[in-house]
Amino acid sequence: MGDKNKADTSLNPKQRSRREFLENAGTTAALASAVPVLGISTAQAQSDTESTAAKTRIQLTVNGSRHSVDVEDRWTLVEVLRDQLDLTGTKIGCDRSECGACTVIMNGKPVYSCSQLAVWADGAQVTTVEGLASGGQLSAVQQAFVENNGPQCGFCTPGQLMTATALLSNNATPNADEVKQALVGNLCRCSNYNAIVEAVVMAGERSGGAA
Amino acid sequence: MKAFTNINVSSIDEAVSAATQASSNGQSVAFSGGGTDLLQQLKDGTDTSDVVINLRNVDGAKEISSASGITRIGGLITLDELSNSGLNDVLTQAAASVGTPQIRNVATLSGNVTQRPWCWYYRNGFNCYKAGGDECFSVTGENQQHAIYGGGPSYIVHPSDLAPALAALGASFIVAGPDGERTVNANDFFVMPSQDPARENSLASGELLVGVSLPTPAANSVSHYHKIMDREAWTHAEVSVAAVLTMNGEIIESASIVLGGVATVPWKLTAVESYLVGRQLSADVVTMAGQMAIAGARPLAKNGHKVPMTSAAVERTLLALVNG
Repeated sequence: MGDKNKADTSLNPKQRSRREFLENAGTTAALASAVPVLGISTAQAQSDTESTAAKTRIQLTVNGSRHSVDVEDRWTLVEVLRDQLDLTGTKIGCDRSECGACTVIMNGKPVYSCSQLAVWADGAQVTTVEGLASGGQLSAVQQAFVENNGPQCGFCTPGQLMTATALLSNNATPNADEVKQALVGNLCRCSNYNAIVEAVVMAGERSGGAA
Repeated sequence: MKAFTNINVSSIDEAVSAATQASSNGQSVAFSGGGTDLLQQLKDGTDTSDVVINLRNVDGAKEISSASGITRIGGLITLDELSNSGLNDVLTQAAASVGTPQIRNVATLSGNVTQRPWCWYYRNGFNCYKAGGDECFSVTGENQQHAIYGGGPSYIVHPSDLAPALAALGASFIVAGPDGERTVNANDFFVMPSQDPARENSLASGELLVGVSLPTPAANSVSHYHKIMDREAWTHAEVSVAAVLTMNGEIIESASIVLGGVATVPWKLTAVESYLVGRQLSADVVTMAGQMAIAGARPLAKNGHKVPMTSAAVERTLLALVNG
């Protein structure tokens, strides 16, 4: 699945990221018993396939860094973020605008990156969850998520954080109702909504919108 | 997702030419505003377009302008922009009721009005009328969310929230195509399945909705959009009511009441409108309007709940205007 040629084949997850661990564990399992490789994402499987399809060069500014990327017309923004730019913080949940796990901030507004083609985002300013912390310092809303146990399984958290960040930049100190309204497009299968809403309200109260 | 070619255009003329060119090459074409629903259909295979024409960079396609008593709204305006536009309450409330903030940030007026139905048979790849087949699977199937007005031979409900609001406001629909621009009223824009079961509107191949024009509301007009859903967010209406009244003091001078979520097209309640004219909105009048609203309802086996729901929704909409 990967083309990363990792030399380290030990399975000690402490020394590597969860993602690297999963990738190597999957490869090992596949070699040993030919069971299906652990799927990191179907999008990755698609874009790793050798393709002769025409590509278009687009410019994206992601978390302040400019990228020039050659993309197929059918690639979605989240596929390019994850598979071409290695920004795997943004998750693919439903891949159909229903769950919000893929939410990024594009040109100042939260959008579902699973439902935007990368070619439509040419020239866009994109912020992903990797762009929230600064100098090793969590953003106010990230810190509040930690303190309120906002993440339970954590899969929806990057999307929740992006929508909350966009809300706080428009409404410095939202109340709980306003937070619920803003986060209505981000589902949490663990149903940890109370903690998430409390975290966003706390972040607003603390920072007065400088989240 | 299947392979296709994306074409970015910067004008409506370019969009129409690109579509004409693609069609002459034997390719099928989809126009894309926000693209949210289109991409879902392309992923699912319920839309098999070879060419996607991206309209988001079209100059001047989302402007609102007013002149000589007519307000024109560009079709590429996003639902978020429309909901904050300060235009008629019924329109801004309808726009704000769609989907989620992430969807409203990209979804457009034109896309909302011309989206394909959300019937679960059609969306799951059944070869029904809407997919070019010759059957409506809801008739003897799971028809909880299907039409109680205007059905046959297809029983989809028109999925748009903006469509009933626009119809209630007396909007005209501005259509661009290879032969230039044409303007049609709601009656001629939305198409009953008895006229063409495969389509929901009269857009011909290569045509697209580029905007709407509305008579600027009179100072004495009030309006409201009321939407009932089976969950609190991110879904289509079980039933919705768009109401526009012009008032002379307490007396209703004119009324326009259109239903969403229960009919194959935005469903105008002509009898209720006539009944309301010249009356005051008392409790009795509101109750009578609710009862008259369902006189023509023809429920299927499993969507009978929509009948009393429609009656109640009409009452609540009118009460909201009394209390407004």
